[in-house]
Amino acid sequence: MPSSNDCDALPAEALPVGIKVLIAGGFGVGKTTFVNTLSEIEPLSTEEMLTAVSAATDRLDGVENKATTTVALDFGRITLSPSHVLYLFGTPGQERFWFMWDELSEGALGAVVLADTRRLEHSFAAVDFFERRGIPFVVAVNEFDGAHRYHAEEVRTALDLRQEVPVALCDARVQRTGIRVLLELIQHLITTRSSHGSDTAPPLLRT
Amino acid sequence: MPPVLPEGPLTDEAVGRLVRPYTVSDGRTRATSHFTLVTVVRATGVQTQGTFGLEHAQVLALCESPVSVAEVAARMQVPAAVVKVLLSDLAEGGAVVAGQARPPSADHYALPDRDLLEAVRDALLKRL
Repeated sequence: MPSSNDCDALPAEALPVGIKVLIAGGFGVGKTTFVNTLSEIEPLSTEEMLTAVSAATDRLDGVENKATTTVALDFGRITLSPSHVLYLFGTPGQERFWFMWDELSEGALGAVVLADTRRLEHSFAAVDFFERRGIPFVVAVNEFDGAHRYHAEEVRTALDLRQEVPVALCDARVQRTGIRVLLELIQHLITTRSSHGSDTAPPLLRT
Repeated sequence: MPPVLPEGPLTDEAVGRLVRPYTVSDGRTRATSHFTLVTVVRATGVQTQGTFGLEHAQVLALCESPVSVAEVAARMQVPAAVVKVLLSDLAEGGAVVAGQARPPSADHYALPDRDLLEAVRDALLKRL
């Protein structure tokens, strides 16, 4: 019997599936707190190189002016089960980093857009981004102390959200409310699947 | 024998456009396997025969138990793109195995499997 060094080598199927969820929203809206509260590890930061397409480029020549930028991404981890690990990636708040969202959102399950009712306009860019890309998202209103409490429907109107986009209320410092927000997102994805009848083979729509 | 260089920018489906060679990855900028930030990897314990550097050893040490590409990169404090190249070398030699991750689809969002969604939902419900 041949002895081998790989007797304990696990097949790749035995490794957990990594799942990416984006936590977006404007600067200072509580993204870091949200990730920190939910993460089972001290949140980490990784550098990713991203392609920036200059917004001011004259596109008539058909050549995009591309440059690369290195940005730090903060993320946290939730081990859901031996077969699924959720990673929460905070998107950079400043809109000058809008270009990186394309690459960051690749392969993401969906997104949470955090909103602060005192400055809802800070979340417009994130809502706009995910709507345009067709990436499912939920809006989570981070209820800051001292901020006026609004109903979810008022926030929906103010952000001009489609009826199917869930709006949840949360406190980014409280783990249980963060979990509820993630559940809203997953339920939204399940509902979207059902209503699209996409439980058969998903069509590959390419435009 | 002179190295054969591909024409045009080096690209890789998993990594996107790769900008410049890295000294840490010995000038190689091509990851031959598909790694995303959330791909989970694990060292197999298989002894490989290549001439691997210190950084390869560091990666191996960090993935003795299952860990994501993003975590390896964060702990090594190098860009994730570099870690992907190193992991790719190690995977080729069988020293590392990689789990599944949702494949990147840059131009179109595809809804995830129902089974996956239900598994995630049930696991989250247990945490309430």
